[in-house]
Amino acid sequence: MTDLYQAQRAMRRMRKQAMDRGVIAILDVGSSKIACLVLRFDGIRPVGGVEQIGALAGQSRFRVIGAATTRSRGVRFGEIHGMHEAERAIRTAVQAAQKMAQVRVDHVIASFSGAEPRSYGLDGQVELADSMATEADIARVLSACEMPDIGPGREVLHAQPVNFALDHRSGLVDPRGQTGNRLACDMHLLSVDAGAIQNLVQCVKRCDLELAGLASSAYAAGLSALVEDEQELGAACIDMGGGATGLSIFIKKHMIYADSVRMGGEHVTSDISKGLHVPISTAERIKTLHGGVVATGVDDREMIDLGGDSGDYERDTRRISRTELIGIMRPRVEEILEEVRTRLDVAGFDHLPSRQIVLTGAGSQIPGLDGLAARILGQQVRFGRPLRIQGLPQSATGPGFAASVGLCLFAAHPQDEWWDFDIPAERYPARSLKRAVRWFKENW
Amino acid sequence: MCAVILPPRDPAPSRLTYRMQRLWLTPLFRLAVLRGLPLAAVLAIPALWFSDADRRAEVAGQIADIRRQVETRPEFMVKLMAIEGATDLVAEDIREVLPLDFPVSSFDLDLQQMRRTAEALDAVEAAELRVRPGGVLELKVVERVPAVVWRGAAGLELLDAQGNRVAPIETRSLRADLPLIAGEGAQRAVPEALALVAAAAPIEERLRGLVRVGERRWDVVLDRNQRILLPGQDAVAALERVIALDGVTDMLGRDIAVVDLRNPGRPTVRLAPDAVEEFRKIRRSGAGATNG
Repeated sequence: MTDLYQAQRAMRRMRKQAMDRGVIAILDVGSSKIACLVLRFDGIRPVGGVEQIGALAGQSRFRVIGAATTRSRGVRFGEIHGMHEAERAIRTAVQAAQKMAQVRVDHVIASFSGAEPRSYGLDGQVELADSMATEADIARVLSACEMPDIGPGREVLHAQPVNFALDHRSGLVDPRGQTGNRLACDMHLLSVDAGAIQNLVQCVKRCDLELAGLASSAYAAGLSALVEDEQELGAACIDMGGGATGLSIFIKKHMIYADSVRMGGEHVTSDISKGLHVPISTAERIKTLHGGVVATGVDDREMIDLGGDSGDYERDTRRISRTELIGIMRPRVEEILEEVRTRLDVAGFDHLPSRQIVLTGAGSQIPGLDGLAARILGQQVRFGRPLRIQGLPQSATGPGFAASVGLCLFAAHPQDEWWDFDIPAERYPARSLKRAVRWFKENW
Repeated sequence: MCAVILPPRDPAPSRLTYRMQRLWLTPLFRLAVLRGLPLAAVLAIPALWFSDADRRAEVAGQIADIRRQVETRPEFMVKLMAIEGATDLVAEDIREVLPLDFPVSSFDLDLQQMRRTAEALDAVEAAELRVRPGGVLELKVVERVPAVVWRGAAGLELLDAQGNRVAPIETRSLRADLPLIAGEGAQRAVPEALALVAAAAPIEERLRGLVRVGERRWDVVLDRNQRILLPGQDAVAALERVIALDGVTDMLGRDIAVVDLRNPGRPTVRLAPDAVEEFRKIRRSGAGATNG
């Protein structure tokens, strides 16, 4: 636990360093593509020297100066499984982005979609020493949250305080300076597979980069694809990626649940490839150009050339109707959405005041998906595209870049996490010099 | 038709390429290569060429040659020296101490040094040198004007009003118009001596000279071996007092050897030895006449 705390704090320090230098890169390691954006932070300080959400939620402070996307290799289900291949793919993306930005990047914030995220809701409460809540009290109440058994080989990725309550008043965002006797907090903890994180850290290190932050791509996609009132009233963001479909539930501007389904667009492609006996690349092209999930009468007459260069005339001139293609794609998409539905039910999504569902990610571009999703997930379904940020090239504004843009927002204005607060002195081991120093600091 | 299977091209940069690109994007490294390397190359070529001693000497020789050619152009040559404001004697001395081999290039003339040499002569108070167009070295000299004759240990010398040596002199009679001073340290108090001489204008025809005593005060020596002993302070006022007494009572015309004013509060007169006898005689006879 303390190791994680130190590691996360080190990453926060890296982010601070990068902010001082003004250049940071974000890296979205997906199963089908790896995107790298280079951000330049101008020296615009927030008013009053306090970092707070302004009119543009802190997005006006940076612009994208380099962007590059490369086909992902060595990544499956949103996890790295071929270290060297993944490292080369990351290198390709980073180099191209650097070349476009004409600036050297040393710090990178990465996100990934897989690694079996699991959400835990934690709560803790403490009696306030004096009647006013201070930052130290918040640190104490965060430390008072009971750590669940997240299992062996798992690591905490996010630990965000979601809600504070002071006596009987709940729903406080910032209890500092408020008066009360008992401070309680709810915390959302997201744990992921430790091996996946280790692999990613290793890959980034082998590219001579410093890791300045880690985020779940479901969380990042939610940050950029959900509009403010959806985040406030409760919404689920479904990020349909290549190898994994991430889902995150937001309410009161905090993520309260995140999960990932280990299925995505690549499974649709492989279904097409198997069903039609075509190579993966052809299947991908056919899916992109002609894919759909709702068949109509006109689709029977729309014939698609499969092509091929096997030399066999019969094989190379095969044609299928679009209905057949839809017939292959639809069951798989339905399966993905059913799985998402199951996860949402488990999370208790039905109890949210507004059950808005936002589909994003490159997989959400399948025509007719909104109708299918509305039938499976609920009535309020819309497509989400990422926020528009300064300097983002047109090619990177599609729904497939929701996680990348969300990471930009995350880099510019990260949510407070548990490790942003100092550990209270009593949590240090006894006879520790640090504990003595902290005790002196707090009492004088 | 045969399908050629090519290995898929790897778009990833090699580690080396990647590192080189990152290095190239480092601002300091970039500056060093883009600015530093060309600068170093430009500096290195002449440095390598000059590292050979023979080449250095050759270039230095060429530069000196060109310099000499320019310097010896007729426009820059000095053909004669004109001395102004000096008597023939002094002018001859100056020509002696400034041995110039005309014609000479004006670049070779060190006017500062020549001026110092000329001013080192006793008789020269100030010298001004310039090279006039037409190749004439013009030397304007201000000579020292002798003000007193000083009888020192080395003989008679002429001093100017500030006490600087002007020239030696053979006999006093050559400059009988100048006052004579003597005694140890007299040459260092010439201005005061001149003030005393000026104050002694009414008894000018009797003045023989001034003697410095003990390097602090003056004796005025008159003919008939009379002396006026002046104080160290306010000597001129004391002398004027004596002259005023002389004007009223003709004091100096009497048989007095010394008028002692060293203590201004108590002026003293010493009679000549004969006069003392005479005085006593007169006193006696006078007393006898009244008493006897």
